[in-house]
Amino acid sequence: MIITAFKALLSHWLRKPGQLATLIVGLSLATALWSGVKAINAEATASYDQAAATLGQDRLTQLVRADGERIDQRVYITLRRAGWLVSPVLEGDAQFGTLRLRLLGIDPLTMPPQSQSVAVAKGEDLLSFIASPSLIYASAETAARLAEQQTPPVRIVKGIPPGTIIADIGQAQTLLKADGKMSRLLVWKTQARNLVPLKTIAPDLVLREPSRASDFSRLTDSFHLNLTAFGYLAFIVGLFIVYAAIGLAFEQRRSVFRTLRALGLSLRALVFILITELLVMSLVAGVIGVALGYLVAAVLLPDVAATLRGLYGVDVSGTLAFRPSWWLAGLAIAVGGTLIASAQNLWQVWNMAILAPAQPRAWAKAAARTRRWQALGAIVLLLLSITLAKFGQGLFVGFAILGTMMLGASLALPLMLSTLLSLGERYAKKPIAVWFWADTRQQLSGQSMALMALLLALATNVGVGTMVSSFRLTFVGYLDQRLASELYVTGRTQAEADAIRAWLVPRSDAVLPIWNVERQVAGQPALIFGVADHPTYRKNWPMLSAVPDVWDKIAKGDGVLINEQLSRREQLNLGDEVMLPSSWQTHIIGVYSDYGNPAGQVIVGIDQLSVHYKDITKLRYGIRVRPEKAAALAESLRKQFDLPATNIVNQVDLKKLSLGVFERTFMVTTALNVLTLGVAAIAMFASLMTLAEMRLVQLAPVWAMGLTRRHIATLEFWRSMILAGFTMVVALPLGLALAWILLSVVNVEAFGWRLPMYVFPKEWAWLGLLGLIASALAAAFPVRRLARSSPADLLKVFANER
Amino acid sequence: MLLSLSQIEKSYVTAEGPLKVLRGISFDLAAGKSLALMGESGCGKSTLLHLMAGLDQPDAGHINLAGVDLTGLNDRVRANLRRGTVGLVFQQFNLIPSLNVASNLAFHAQLSERYDGDWIKTIITTLGLADLLARYPEQLSGGQQQRVAIGRTLAAKPKLVLADEPTGNLDEATGDAVLDLMLSMVKDAGCALIMATHSPRLASRLNGYLKLHAGLISS
Repeated sequence: MIITAFKALLSHWLRKPGQLATLIVGLSLATALWSGVKAINAEATASYDQAAATLGQDRLTQLVRADGERIDQRVYITLRRAGWLVSPVLEGDAQFGTLRLRLLGIDPLTMPPQSQSVAVAKGEDLLSFIASPSLIYASAETAARLAEQQTPPVRIVKGIPPGTIIADIGQAQTLLKADGKMSRLLVWKTQARNLVPLKTIAPDLVLREPSRASDFSRLTDSFHLNLTAFGYLAFIVGLFIVYAAIGLAFEQRRSVFRTLRALGLSLRALVFILITELLVMSLVAGVIGVALGYLVAAVLLPDVAATLRGLYGVDVSGTLAFRPSWWLAGLAIAVGGTLIASAQNLWQVWNMAILAPAQPRAWAKAAARTRRWQALGAIVLLLLSITLAKFGQGLFVGFAILGTMMLGASLALPLMLSTLLSLGERYAKKPIAVWFWADTRQQLSGQSMALMALLLALATNVGVGTMVSSFRLTFVGYLDQRLASELYVTGRTQAEADAIRAWLVPRSDAVLPIWNVERQVAGQPALIFGVADHPTYRKNWPMLSAVPDVWDKIAKGDGVLINEQLSRREQLNLGDEVMLPSSWQTHIIGVYSDYGNPAGQVIVGIDQLSVHYKDITKLRYGIRVRPEKAAALAESLRKQFDLPATNIVNQVDLKKLSLGVFERTFMVTTALNVLTLGVAAIAMFASLMTLAEMRLVQLAPVWAMGLTRRHIATLEFWRSMILAGFTMVVALPLGLALAWILLSVVNVEAFGWRLPMYVFPKEWAWLGLLGLIASALAAAFPVRRLARSSPADLLKVFANER
Repeated sequence: MLLSLSQIEKSYVTAEGPLKVLRGISFDLAAGKSLALMGESGCGKSTLLHLMAGLDQPDAGHINLAGVDLTGLNDRVRANLRRGTVGLVFQQFNLIPSLNVASNLAFHAQLSERYDGDWIKTIITTLGLADLLARYPEQLSGGQQQRVAIGRTLAAKPKLVLADEPTGNLDEATGDAVLDLMLSMVKDAGCALIMATHSPRLASRLNGYLKLHAGLISS
């Protein structure tokens, strides 16, 4: 009985292969975008974990200085002499030609066994690793990047994360210009008894417990959360297609349900068959979707890797690995999504009386109930969104506001459209116009899912587009302020840098030192910059808030400036006290914007920097010169000191480079944006194609009463366009609200900066046009088919046999 | 002559090959006259009605309606003819689901620009539709839908009313009232009625009948 019933229900799909294709395509696309994003995130997380595990820091306790300073080598020697089993690590960013990479200096002779995930301390390898000129170790990917740079000999070793180089600590101290310094000490798990207490022997050091979450993953969490949110959005948009296709398949088969029930099939068996059918289809679509997702991820991953490198300085492998857990998750989301999308229809079948499914009125009543629930859901979600916006805080709350607002607005869309179409009907005079508006309103239930998908896609495009464009506008203005010097030069050695400075002083308007040290400030890695007392800063520096005469005070050493990120993360504001490394107690006298930089930053007077920190890198200078003289000066400088091209950068190139990083940062977002809009267009096409067949019954009487097929097809086209047009009108304010939340809530939490919002009517017009073209293309095929339908097709509607 | 059919032939392509439905049908009908089309299911009654309404084209022969030869007319002209000259009552009602009863009744009349409020009131009263005007087709029973479908056609005052089993879903009393209304319109307005029916009782109330068998007029 069950197999016979199954065959009867499956025959529907054989007769309607287009509907089956719609369902499979919708679910595959939804799964593809979700699992694509999931794959990218999984790859990045794996890279972070690999980085964290390189020296076993996810398993070993470490000793660090409480004030964030580097540890003096003498302290290490004292600890070793006192019997402490510790091993030094020096960490920092080292410049290799044009590349800046993470350098880890280690001592292979004292490393704890748990940290030796990279085999470097064996036999001849050990000698070549520690003897000068010692080898440096890198992954094949990093070694390839280093191929064209001047570096010590490189050996390719497996297990080293991309973008990381491992060297002997002595070599690292030289490369990082940190003689006699160490970042931290790895503590062996087994220690001798009766050791001299740490407080006595090294009072500046504190124990840091092993951390499962790497610094990188904490830093980039927000970026991945953004991607994940996009993945879910695309998945939801795709689910709308599935919901629409399943809904129509259930409605079209209601007479089969009735017949099967009347022939003795139990309700339980009917629902079991329907669920089995859905599971089979979702697994097929899931496999296709995950395969497509792999392609999406493979295409997008290099850009994501570049973004993470540019924005966070984090290296992620640009190639995709095969991960069974990700395949299983993709299949699970496909099955789960299908069951969610079909839950309402299954519930209706479960709750209807034996003959009710065949009565259109019963289904209409069920649809009316759905509309009421939809209205209630919309109101609850929108109220929740407003409440969260008013009282909530944090990144997750930001995404919750977005989620509730978008879902609430999409649920409200059919109601809004219905009201507008009722008004159209009320004010229409001509019979065809009355019918047009009334019929359009009636079509809403069939098209509402596709329109909701379109609304989400358009609003996301408006919102994300406005966010990115606002960011771009602000960023360009910010670069103009921040990169005020016409040339930037970097010496290869301290002596050369000093000579360059001396040579430049008489040949330029000003030579501004760009000296900095890397330290921990308020528990976070930060760069401390020293600036000269010069009008360049007074005129251009992008201050958000400052005390009066702030630059005079900086020059005198009376306070420091911090960037917006540090201010927001640590809630440090004007007048607050702050403790800088080397026990430098000072206070904040200004906060400045610092877009594109995830880390904290502090600006102090150049003299103060030199007084407090001895290991300053004094290689870089900004040169003020009249713009027309910049190129000639750069050329002279290059000849005079035989400097490589990469050591002299002009302002224009630097801005171009910064904007390049910016553009790549949002490339993935833009790609996902376009894909989501594409999925929405497919949703429109799918729903119109499925509806087209059902429409004949409604359109044939109008044809019989004297409208030509061409006229009816034209009206059908405009019906789609008007619905899409109204949806766009609703999408605009929704998108702007989305942009506001992204700029004012999500970005502040995710990146640490707040951006002003600008409006871009021209971009909206383009998007509107794109949306209309997509809708027109989606409507074109079913409309063309209707216009070319034969009278025989329409006459079937009136045939007695129906 | 309002309607004149000459040697009409029509066949359909089926899985088993071409199926000849009409094999040379000819007859005339004057204004003010009514005609019943009878015959077993599948004998071609509906096909003939559709051809006379200009919904489809015959394979051979000519149909002349109100002085216009329907053969070879393009889609637009045939649509105009349906809009202004012909009224169809379908067996499956085929009301417009998005319009309520009042709008359904007025729709064809407004389309043909022959809307007459008093005439529609008469139809509403005769067909007992006064309490149903605000309802939508999905909220009506089969009989109620059929009454609205008949009312919609009559409201447009067409020259030729083509009805396919119009009283099949009605009780005998309502069916008789509907037929009375249709016949009085034929008489008063000088239009013509062709009604496909299986009922000899109803057929006997019309001016004449044609019996179809295997695509031919048998009597």
